[in-house]
Amino acid sequence: MLKKYKFLIILLFFINPIYLNSAEKSEKLLSTNWSFKGPFGKFDRSSLQRGYQVYQEVCASCHSLKYVSYRNLSEPGGPEFTNDEAKAIAASFEITDGPNSDGEMFTRPGRLSDKLIMPYKNEEEAKAANGGAYPPDMSVLVKARKGGADYVYSVLLGYDQPPSNIQLDDGVYYNKYMYGNKIKMPAPLSDDLIEYSDGTKATEEQMAKDVVSFLMWTAEPHLEQRHKIGFRAIVYLIILSVLVYFSMKKIWSRIETEV
Amino acid sequence: MSEHNYQPKSKFGKWFNDRLPLLTLANHLTDYPTPKNLNYWWTFGGILTFCLITQIITGLVLAMHYIAHADLAFSSVEHIMRDVNYGWLIRYIHANGASMFFLAVYIHIFRSLFYGSYKSPREIIWILGIMIYLLMMAAAFMGYVLPWGQMSFWGATVITNLFSAIPLIGDSITTWLWGGYSVDNPTLTRFFTLHYLIPFLILGLVVLHIWALHVPGNNNPVGIDIKKPSKDTVSFHPYIVIKDLFALLLFMILFAFFVFYSPNVLGHADNYIEANPLVTPAHIVPEWYLLPFYAILRSIPDKLMGVIAMLSAILILAALPWLDTSKVRSAVFRPLYKQFYWILVADVLILGYVGAMPAEGLYLLLARIGTAYYFLHFLVILPVLGKIEKTSPIPLSISEPILGGSLNVEPVKKLDKNFEKL
Repeated sequence: MLKKYKFLIILLFFINPIYLNSAEKSEKLLSTNWSFKGPFGKFDRSSLQRGYQVYQEVCASCHSLKYVSYRNLSEPGGPEFTNDEAKAIAASFEITDGPNSDGEMFTRPGRLSDKLIMPYKNEEEAKAANGGAYPPDMSVLVKARKGGADYVYSVLLGYDQPPSNIQLDDGVYYNKYMYGNKIKMPAPLSDDLIEYSDGTKATEEQMAKDVVSFLMWTAEPHLEQRHKIGFRAIVYLIILSVLVYFSMKKIWSRIETEV
Repeated sequence: MSEHNYQPKSKFGKWFNDRLPLLTLANHLTDYPTPKNLNYWWTFGGILTFCLITQIITGLVLAMHYIAHADLAFSSVEHIMRDVNYGWLIRYIHANGASMFFLAVYIHIFRSLFYGSYKSPREIIWILGIMIYLLMMAAAFMGYVLPWGQMSFWGATVITNLFSAIPLIGDSITTWLWGGYSVDNPTLTRFFTLHYLIPFLILGLVVLHIWALHVPGNNNPVGIDIKKPSKDTVSFHPYIVIKDLFALLLFMILFAFFVFYSPNVLGHADNYIEANPLVTPAHIVPEWYLLPFYAILRSIPDKLMGVIAMLSAILILAALPWLDTSKVRSAVFRPLYKQFYWILVADVLILGYVGAMPAEGLYLLLARIGTAYYFLHFLVILPVLGKIEKTSPIPLSISEPILGGSLNVEPVKKLDKNFEKL
């Protein structure tokens, strides 16, 4: 009896920190079969490429990705556009550069080394254009929300008619999964809103899944490498600890004590 | 001890050692007689040394790329995560390393509580340990501020505001700490400086901690004094080294699991939102390892008294060698203390749990009961227990219980087995 009780306490000690962070309960989040979950999780390249298309055609008019560069689009572990495709994507945007030797700012086509262009010059302009609400930068958005990818996915699909007891002001929308259920962003996705260049049918769920996968990549661009190295590191540690265990047994067998 | 008659073999070694006895020190460290019955709870000292060195090395690399400026800190961390070669790995090791460090230090402290390792003649080791623990909390808190996310900023605001509870001069002290009238760039730069300094102070204290340990030698699960060296001891190398290494590897597997597969599970999502002095997060929570003390702080309605209670909760540990009046060290031979020990463990875990919850209703009640019990344990139960408890018979030497000579050794064996299973 006492033994069990001690075991429970020690178990609680180990799970405590993890369990604490998920203490708040609200509406159960939607989920889908994310390819990047689990120890061997990888991104689905074509999903990331479609996700970039959704970002560019839908989100980018309000949301920035200020920590992402065009070169990242062709790097391993991401959407893996070819170098030429990434160059073409970059070149399709006008970047303000300068000052030049005359002291003037000028525009030029984007290069791989440029960061993704931002929809607004600054936070104030962004707020002015969006009824006072600031559309957050999405570079690390998935990591910045409790529930992660599932949460962002749920918010994208969580628009609904408000229950009768909730009064909404103009420019405020009801969302089942948003904290406080009120959101200033109108429902961004609807079926066939865009036409995927690879011919995939652009349902709301498909677009949400693709863009959230893409955002997971922008938040964790080295996720695939991390999973790969992690597996090797842990296998290495397990083999080494088995070897060390037997060495230990051998060394301790010199004296008549159990380890 | 054996090092007194140690002589280096080579001529140069002897010449060098006469001038700087480093070889004598090395010889002392390898030959150091260690009780042979130490269980795996004793391996956390080595694990903690590993944690400290890991934090210092990864921290050095991070400091090469990090920019301590309110406008640039957040993006410099993103730069580390994205563009620095293996920057993500270094940062995740450092961030999770802090949690692993505290996990190990709590096990180390509770091991000491169970086996009475703080008792005479080891009071100084224990007090040095408490000082290390205090510095660890300061370093961890300031480190958490550096990424300049929302939780960094608001955590710093809440904690530094505690100083304003000091009567009369509180507000001036807070302004002085901030370097301004709110948490801002001057606060960040000084926190960075101190975060860089403290680990080296800890390193110095660790040297003293180990030095002080090597005077009386290790305590052991039976908690009795042993002759050194004798058939009750083994030399530190190779016996303890290999055992510590094995335990360290198991610890590293857990560590690697967090770093590679759930690097953000121990942190708070809000810290990936850049600090914004105009937006307060819904719940401001410290890192998990500070939660029990946070619960004690919030359990008291008066701010000043709350701060005093929180500080006393830590400082009371330094007085533990004198609060515990029992002459018997190991809980193995203290049937009543053993029960109270586990109640204390549960109490601290409950405090940690309510520390993460909003301070209201049932949680607040639990926090108050938990806080009261925490102090009751140290101030009343321990002093009284030492006087009234009837302890079980204590074996004369370590070899006796291990060779299974007498009846009173059964509890030791059973307990050791339980611990190893866990």
